[in-house]
Amino acid sequence: MSVLVNKDSKVIVQGFTGTEGSFHASQMIEYGTNVVGGVTPGKGGQTHLDRPVFNTVQDAVDTTGANVSIIFVPPAFAADAIMEAASAGVEVIVCITEGIPTKDMIQVKEYLKDKDSRLIGPNCPGIITADEAKIGIMPGFIFKKGNVGVVSKSGTLTYEAVDQTVKAGLGITTAIGIGGDPIIGTTTKEAVELLMNDPETEGIIMIGEIGGGMEAEAARWIKEHGTKPVVGFIAGQTAPPGRRMGHAGAIVGGADDTAAAKMKIMRECGIRVVESPAEIGAAIAEELAKVQA
Amino acid sequence: MNIHEYQGKAILKSFGVRIQEGIVADNPEQAVEAAKKLKQDYNSDWVVVKAQIHAGGRGKGGGVKLAKNIDEVREKSKEIIGMQLVTPQTGPAGKKVNKVLIAQDVYYPGASETKEFYMSVLLDRSRGRNIIMYSTEGGMDIEEVAEKTPHLIQKEEIDPSIGLQGFQARKIAFNLGLSGAAFKDMTKFVTALYKAYEATDSSQFEINPVLKTSDDKILAVDAKVNLDDNALYRHLDYAELRDLSEEDPTEVEAGRSNLNYVKLDGNVGCMVNGAGLAMATMDIIKIAGGEPANFLDVGGTANAETVKAGFNIILKDPNVKAILINIFGGIVRCDRVAQGVIDAYQEIGNIPVPIIVRLQGTNAEEAKKLIDESGLEVFSAIQLKEAADLVTKVLS
Repeated sequence: MSVLVNKDSKVIVQGFTGTEGSFHASQMIEYGTNVVGGVTPGKGGQTHLDRPVFNTVQDAVDTTGANVSIIFVPPAFAADAIMEAASAGVEVIVCITEGIPTKDMIQVKEYLKDKDSRLIGPNCPGIITADEAKIGIMPGFIFKKGNVGVVSKSGTLTYEAVDQTVKAGLGITTAIGIGGDPIIGTTTKEAVELLMNDPETEGIIMIGEIGGGMEAEAARWIKEHGTKPVVGFIAGQTAPPGRRMGHAGAIVGGADDTAAAKMKIMRECGIRVVESPAEIGAAIAEELAKVQA
Repeated sequence: MNIHEYQGKAILKSFGVRIQEGIVADNPEQAVEAAKKLKQDYNSDWVVVKAQIHAGGRGKGGGVKLAKNIDEVREKSKEIIGMQLVTPQTGPAGKKVNKVLIAQDVYYPGASETKEFYMSVLLDRSRGRNIIMYSTEGGMDIEEVAEKTPHLIQKEEIDPSIGLQGFQARKIAFNLGLSGAAFKDMTKFVTALYKAYEATDSSQFEINPVLKTSDDKILAVDAKVNLDDNALYRHLDYAELRDLSEEDPTEVEAGRSNLNYVKLDGNVGCMVNGAGLAMATMDIIKIAGGEPANFLDVGGTANAETVKAGFNIILKDPNVKAILINIFGGIVRCDRVAQGVIDAYQEIGNIPVPIIVRLQGTNAEEAKKLIDESGLEVFSAIQLKEAADLVTKVLS
């Protein structure tokens, strides 16, 4: 078991023949991901990385039976690409693209409401199920298989947490990079819920950052329904209010979305919150040891 | 992207939102001419001289003044233009005022009492939809209203599939206690305001106050317009409204090198790949006993060029006593980043502060060896904890 993606996932790449798409598609293939083809409008019929290129997502799905798509198209066309994938019935859509206008994402969110697709991202590193499928841009080799699930808004900070976890003698089931934009397809709470329901996952690392209320929502859900230990970290304890810290969504707007406020509510909900990002790996190892004792 | 009040008002007006009219001026003479024109066009005997800076609370800092005659216009403009305006939002250094908006007096006496409201349009992140937030408590600090009398702030959510509806505009106008001509004018105001928000790809409008004049007109006395940076490619005319003099010069320079840099007040500079890890690195500096001097995300490819640009940006800040480079090498190899650091260091020459380089990920050991054998005064680390300890060590 694992969540969202596994070795049987049939993956297509939107923006397949572009620089980013080509590079990361080949890395995904090298990892062992079952990439069955890609989409670049106007290049249908060609072959790229030994796989077929299609003009539309619908063609790709009809021909290959793809159920997962990863999107590497530029920001101006990314919202359209997400909706195209959803309209073709793709189950899991991972959008890596950073810089999509908010207005476009409001429309995407509305469009996805009555579709069966789950969107991950945008502005995210993707999802990886260790040793099975990498649908993203993360360095695959650091993800050793194990029993810890990861939910994170950030890329390199996820790698950091995973690396510490592996060095602490543990491993990863699935890591979900949900993205750092103000509007994203899958929230922290939804991702935590998926991992909580996964029998292989025994502990969860939840990495958030300043801005928005998703961590608080997830914390309240964990308090109510949690069955596994959760270690949390919030980046941006030292970020000044009103300034955007890289990610479009990482901005302190009021008293509730500061790191301190989020850490407080997470603690109140029973999450082991670490102050220092250097302690994430040790903390999850300790929490898991407690459960197993 | 932030823009000035006068620019925001011009955009609102172009969508049919009634505004307090005004003319922008660079010097007292232009201010006098502007006041004369306002007298002619709007019969405004008094005018308001308003400092144009990208920060709120201008009135509190003495940046907004009433002028009752032409001499006063000249005098007050002279005072305000060139002043270093300190408001609760500018920080203690304040911001230099380069322009003033000479605006019509809209608080003239008349048949009914004037009344001030608050209105903003913004994204409700938890819902993924836009909302109009409004209050009868206009003209004051909305954070204060939210804290003391939260029941006086109301919200109207916009369904993206149908947009703002007439009944919603009417509800807002009724909830603000309006009737008659003012009620009608408020529904028009709300409708035009939302239309402007959508059409301009804005990320926030804040109109505080929205005024009901003594002759029952509704208009925007102030306008904070924030445009979505990610959508500026669709609005090249608005992109030109960017005022670089309002931004930190180092941040502007960093932007030119494609570095995401935010200047802070601390003593330890940092250079990191990825926004989340960059924030986490700032936090670790604090835990190690320092204060972060900046946020700096060098992005995915940390090569000699970006590292050099990063050093140059950080070293512009005289408060920096140490620099922590924290790179998690995933697809980018650590030994290449290390070589980049060494090359950049040698090219810049003498860097007067201690450097701590923490490289983790692909080829981290080789990278550490490269740094250690370079002969440069650079501390190397692989674990994040080690890097934190080194920060503590070099600061003591």
